[in-house]
Amino acid sequence: MTQPLDRPLDRPVDEPVSSVAYDELELLDSDDDRDLRAAVAGFLGDRCPASEVAALYDGDRGMVEPLWRGLATELGLAGLLVPEQYAGAGATAREAAIVLEELGRSVAPVPFLTSAVVAATALAHAPTDAGRELLAELAAGRRTAALVVPLPTAFAWPVPLVGAATVRSVAGVLEADTLLVPVAAGTGIEVRAVAASEATLTPVVSLDMSRQLADVVVDPAAGTVVVAGDATSAIRAGLLAGTVLLASEQVGVAQQCLASTVGYLQERRQFGRIVGGFQALKHRLADLYTAVEGASAVARYAAAALAADPGAVEAEIAAHTAAAWCSEVAVLAAEEAVQLHGGIGMTWEHPTHLFLKRAKADQIALGLPGHHRARLGELVGLTV
Amino acid sequence: MSPAELRDRVAAFLAEHPPASTERSAFLHARYAAGLAWVHFPEGHGGLGVARGLQPMVEGLFAAAGAPDNNPRANGIGLGMVAPTLLGYASEEQRQRFLEPLWCGEEIWCQLFSEPGAGSDLAGLATRAVPDGDGWVVNGQKVWTSGAHNADFAILVARTDPDVPKHRGITYFLVDMHDPGVEVRPLRQITGEAEFNEVFLTDVRIPDAMRVGEVGDGWRVANGTLNNERVAIGGHAAPREGGMLGLVAASWREHPEQHTAELHDRLMRLYVEAEVARYTGQRLRQQLAVGQPGPAGSAMKLTFARLNQQLSGLDLEIRGEDGLRYESEPGWTMRRPEHVDFTGRDAVYRYLRAKGNSIEGGTSEILRNIVAERVLGLPAEPRVDKDVAWKEVPR
Repeated sequence: MTQPLDRPLDRPVDEPVSSVAYDELELLDSDDDRDLRAAVAGFLGDRCPASEVAALYDGDRGMVEPLWRGLATELGLAGLLVPEQYAGAGATAREAAIVLEELGRSVAPVPFLTSAVVAATALAHAPTDAGRELLAELAAGRRTAALVVPLPTAFAWPVPLVGAATVRSVAGVLEADTLLVPVAAGTGIEVRAVAASEATLTPVVSLDMSRQLADVVVDPAAGTVVVAGDATSAIRAGLLAGTVLLASEQVGVAQQCLASTVGYLQERRQFGRIVGGFQALKHRLADLYTAVEGASAVARYAAAALAADPGAVEAEIAAHTAAAWCSEVAVLAAEEAVQLHGGIGMTWEHPTHLFLKRAKADQIALGLPGHHRARLGELVGLTV
Repeated sequence: MSPAELRDRVAAFLAEHPPASTERSAFLHARYAAGLAWVHFPEGHGGLGVARGLQPMVEGLFAAAGAPDNNPRANGIGLGMVAPTLLGYASEEQRQRFLEPLWCGEEIWCQLFSEPGAGSDLAGLATRAVPDGDGWVVNGQKVWTSGAHNADFAILVARTDPDVPKHRGITYFLVDMHDPGVEVRPLRQITGEAEFNEVFLTDVRIPDAMRVGEVGDGWRVANGTLNNERVAIGGHAAPREGGMLGLVAASWREHPEQHTAELHDRLMRLYVEAEVARYTGQRLRQQLAVGQPGPAGSAMKLTFARLNQQLSGLDLEIRGEDGLRYESEPGWTMRRPEHVDFTGRDAVYRYLRAKGNSIEGGTSEILRNIVAERVLGLPAEPRVDKDVAWKEVPR
């Protein structure tokens, strides 16, 4: 009558035996993690007020450049994921996850995810000489790059190539001076670095103006090849890292929405009571807390798995799991925040809308949750 | 002690007590004496005072050597709830008397907490313990008592002072289940079987030496037990596709004729949620390694209950016609199971048994209150009985 819990998996995944003890990956902040978190949170607390983020929607982008300059150079975060051999900090996705949780908590309008994560990871995969020079410039914060793919592009999909037509809805290019352009080359792909000034960038009035998109027209023959050999796997590596770390950003968004909602409901009075004492609201918040705790655990696991072995199937399984869960939870948290703040949650003045817009845009970025679930099913041998 | 040192110590123990040629009981007692039973317990109580997180490694080493185990499934309440409570709250004499036979599986424990009139409102319990000479006399009725029919001892909460508000008049005891005043009657469940019981206590004599904590301090001790219970129910380590998810995934692979896009997306949603719960549990265990379980374990148990229910329900749909058949022996016929097994028997049993997961060990509604109040700091429910003597509360 018993089912042993430790039976081998019956699944058609040809996964090599890994030397990584995945069930022992550390999912708590270390002392160094806490220092990094405090540094980023302190910086953003001073330099990224919600009122200035809201001003982005009214066309004032004045905060973006100094904020990114400060994070990139004062805190040295631009080179966090750049290997030491290319003059970077040589940190891993674990540390980047801490940074992104904090960036999400402040809906900071900086190109950390697009340049320091996606572009830097793709470049570091197999850089040419020119790519190595570019990496060092990125690490030093002297240049900022963006991979020219539509924001909804998921790493498990075929990589879209840049032809003569417009590439729509690209994130990070408005803050970048260097575009990484995937172009067809023979039977494969090459990535060319093109100066942003040589491309035509048309800003999009975006759902999320704290990560404003642009439509890009660029000559596919322009620029310099920066990834050696076929760049397919380099682009996938960049998008994989982006997916994993976007989940951490979503955790920050969700945690902030939960915290602000709990805080509001601890103060707001109706019917002579603190409204957070009504069981209908308490139970909603308990469920939301449970979902957000899960998001923070799975996002950290995905980052730790990626850090442990970026080429392992486990990193992909964890990435899709985290993406599917965290993108839904961030939207749920933001939507609950709007509702549970009552009328104030619908106002321009209150920052909740900034989180709702980021959360909904993030849900569509780098693959819809359903795409991630479908791909996860393929990886674990559960298909329709 | 480093993991490597601990590993060496296990190896040395195994060399001295070869599992193949050592009698089971002698082996278990020797393992306890060597501090290799529950390594996070203190020395002298079956442990070495090392991190809780090292226990799985030790279990793995003993299992790999073919060593006999202490049959933990038969004493889940003892190991998961009673032992940590004894460690945290009992006297040194009580620990010396009870912990070793408990760990070795020689004394089985059950939990006399819930009553017909005190379920979610456990603190409203009415079982009375009245001082009598150097001990107490207990009268009352308990219910939902898993394994009472196999138990040698029980943990009991009883009212010792009806004249103070409910939380303050409760005392925590250890009870000999073989006392002639203890009557155990099976309580049949929706699965057809009776894994739990009604327990009637009639003039049961308990020596004062069997009291845990101070008179009137039983609620605090009971909460220590309940926090451990929620962790014990929701916090097990399992591999990917261990537990209920693995059974449903296997059904999916075995029933291609049932595959639709709608069922598939529901399956994958639950797959993701089960994985998220697994990582949450992994992190919770890392937190536990450095402290006692807190109210955050309640969130884990909420998730576990919902997942088990949704997965076991989906399993019946994926099985289609097979989902209509309750074919495991003895079907609906009344029986007494050896132990609880959420993932055992057949799919119909699992679907029905899972309904209990959101009731036992604290209903999901009460757990949401606990999370909201103790984790998020939201105000408590208004309580009309809070400052009223227990005997004055209408019931």
